[in-house]
Amino acid sequence: MITSRRGFVSGVSAAALLSVSRSAFAQKKYDDGATDKEIKIGHFCPYSGPASAYGVIGQAHQVFWKMVNDTGGINGRKVVFVTLDDGYSPPKSVEVTRQLVEQDKVLCLFNTLGTPTNTAIHKYVNQKKVPHLFVSTGASKWGKPKEFPWTMGFQPDYHTEGVIYAKHALKNTPDAKVAVLMQNDDYGKDYFEGFKDGLGKEAGRIVKHVTYEVTDPTVDSQVIQMKDSGANVFFNISTPKFAAQSIRKAAEIGWKPVQYLNNVSASVASVMKPAGFDNGQGILTAAYLKDPTDHQWDNDDEMKMWREYMTKFMPQANQADANYIFAYAVATMMRETLKKCGDNLTRENVMRQAANFQNFRIPLLLPGINVSTSPTDFYPIQAVQLSRFKGETWELFGEVMHAESS
Amino acid sequence: MAASSKKWLWGLLAAAFLVPLLRPVLPDIVSDYRLFLVSTMMIAAIAVLGLNLLTGFNGQISLGHGAFYAVGAYTAAVLMDQANWPYWATIPAAAIVCFIVGYLFGLPALKLEGHYLALATFALALAVPQILKYKWLEGLTGGVQGIVLNKPEVPFGLPMSEDQWLYYYVLIVMVLLYWGAANMLNSRSGRAMKAIRDYAIAADTMGIDTALYKTVTFGISAAYTGIAGALSASAIAFVAPDSFNIFLSIKFLIGLVVGGIGSLAGSVVGGIFYVLVDNSAQALSTFAKNDLGLQFDLSAYTVFGILLIVLMYLMPMGIVGGVYYLVQSMRSSMRGPQAQQQAATQKQHATR
Repeated sequence: MITSRRGFVSGVSAAALLSVSRSAFAQKKYDDGATDKEIKIGHFCPYSGPASAYGVIGQAHQVFWKMVNDTGGINGRKVVFVTLDDGYSPPKSVEVTRQLVEQDKVLCLFNTLGTPTNTAIHKYVNQKKVPHLFVSTGASKWGKPKEFPWTMGFQPDYHTEGVIYAKHALKNTPDAKVAVLMQNDDYGKDYFEGFKDGLGKEAGRIVKHVTYEVTDPTVDSQVIQMKDSGANVFFNISTPKFAAQSIRKAAEIGWKPVQYLNNVSASVASVMKPAGFDNGQGILTAAYLKDPTDHQWDNDDEMKMWREYMTKFMPQANQADANYIFAYAVATMMRETLKKCGDNLTRENVMRQAANFQNFRIPLLLPGINVSTSPTDFYPIQAVQLSRFKGETWELFGEVMHAESS
Repeated sequence: MAASSKKWLWGLLAAAFLVPLLRPVLPDIVSDYRLFLVSTMMIAAIAVLGLNLLTGFNGQISLGHGAFYAVGAYTAAVLMDQANWPYWATIPAAAIVCFIVGYLFGLPALKLEGHYLALATFALALAVPQILKYKWLEGLTGGVQGIVLNKPEVPFGLPMSEDQWLYYYVLIVMVLLYWGAANMLNSRSGRAMKAIRDYAIAADTMGIDTALYKTVTFGISAAYTGIAGALSASAIAFVAPDSFNIFLSIKFLIGLVVGGIGSLAGSVVGGIFYVLVDNSAQALSTFAKNDLGLQFDLSAYTVFGILLIVLMYLMPMGIVGGVYYLVQSMRSSMRGPQAQQQAATQKQHATR
């Protein structure tokens, strides 16, 4: 094909014209929940019922979006944050999600909390093609862009964390005999599967595997069973109350294994202190957020900014509660995603932007841990750093570890 | 009186069947979400109806009907998931399974009266979610992960949305069950059930096999609640042990008491009430905080509780009982003093 100069020029100008008119069109594109004035996002978490302790995350989000609006909103738009109570009950989650999507017509869902509750709406939101972003659960099933292109997780998934502990144990305790204490639900199982995968051929090193139910009063007998098995490595997959109990009990009966504690319970205020600082020396865990009780961050800019924000907007909140750190970090990620969308606030674009972070810095993540996503990688944070309990706080050591993929 | 109430019933039924057809005309008012919400109300109504058969008409208290609801839901879910049954075929299956479970549970329950039975059923409600998580059942029930299902598809290529079809499906099941219950209660067996509630020893003396009636009533009641569970599995398209905690059983009981113990219409009102109030309680609490400028947080549960107390104070016989009493006293005040006296004796009778 021969192109005459004039033809070429006119062709180019036509293309330019076309692209201009196209971008003029593209400049303002809206789906449900977005207008010139506002962006509506939906959220649910248990404000009532047995799991209402998680309600603080929802309250923190409400305050965060208020702060965003007070400081000019996102690209000139106000964020309307609709948050509903699902009481951690899956049928109720379906109901409130339908309300958010069909009645309130939100642009996207953000940080909806709980593994069973999100499972209940997983299929629905993907059928409706509503972005279901940065869910508040670490199960590994939230990062499957092929089957569920509208759902994305946030925190390092439990499976990956389990793999990391297993590798560390194999390397540092050559004659490891492992006892595992596990909460009997899918959170516990996800960790356990990861741990077993990490051991690989050495899976036989697990000499004892005991479980407990969330409703149990104590885990004393489980700890005694683990001691009797003669294990020298203890992998503790439990939520804060049980983590504190088991650490204390192990010390009381004189069992001194190498202890790995899951990140879920790596809180100084709610686990290590009640367990007794003496009993917790040397325990290993993996972290991805800065701990608010860790004094090494006292002069950290991000931490200072967060404390200022908390003092100004949530004066009554307990700043030692790591849930507030989590809420701030994940909400920042949402704000960045919406900012990147510019004036193209379609659901498709929200999803495209969420899957387009390259080594992005989110405040309060540990140094060296950044957010990366792509159309095939729906796990925003995949790195952790091990830390060891020393004195009255966690001490980070070693390198930031990246899970290759999961 | 009887003729006019029948007219009302037919009118209500006609409205229930015709209004959803307006969806293409008024998509904002008759939306899919609202139809879904009404479907969940009807499902709750069926569950409360089941509990009412037991508590309202037979005098046995159960704090554990959430367990039968769970069994029904899981029966339906497992059959759909593992054996590929069509969703409509799971209803009779759930009914049969729950009838058997209820009947068997009713046998030892014969020895337990009043508060003791309430405690035994309470234990059942606590145990069932744990049993569903049990290792040996995990292959079937999916353990804590639960089972993800498909929503019922619209049959015969009818021009309806999924939610519209679900609505009709639930409505038809509810009407059939209501009709069945009304007929049963008007029969010899129904009178026997009520006789046992009113005075068990007298009923026994009259030649009623109280043991049989009590266990069978337990079975039928469980079957009704189980059907509601099976419907909810189809409607929500997901079951997990966390869906069937102890609050569910308590909610059925609230629906029963609020609607009206011993009244079939009350069961329907009660089912609608608890879904409605459960949903609006949070809206009310945010309204109180943001628009009325309340200084402290009023949680949704607090609002729910206050509403319950007010309602129980104003209408101790439940909504249906209260409305009935209101209508009666209005009529008698129009008729004159003589009838008023009559109404007073009636009232005495009703509150007894």
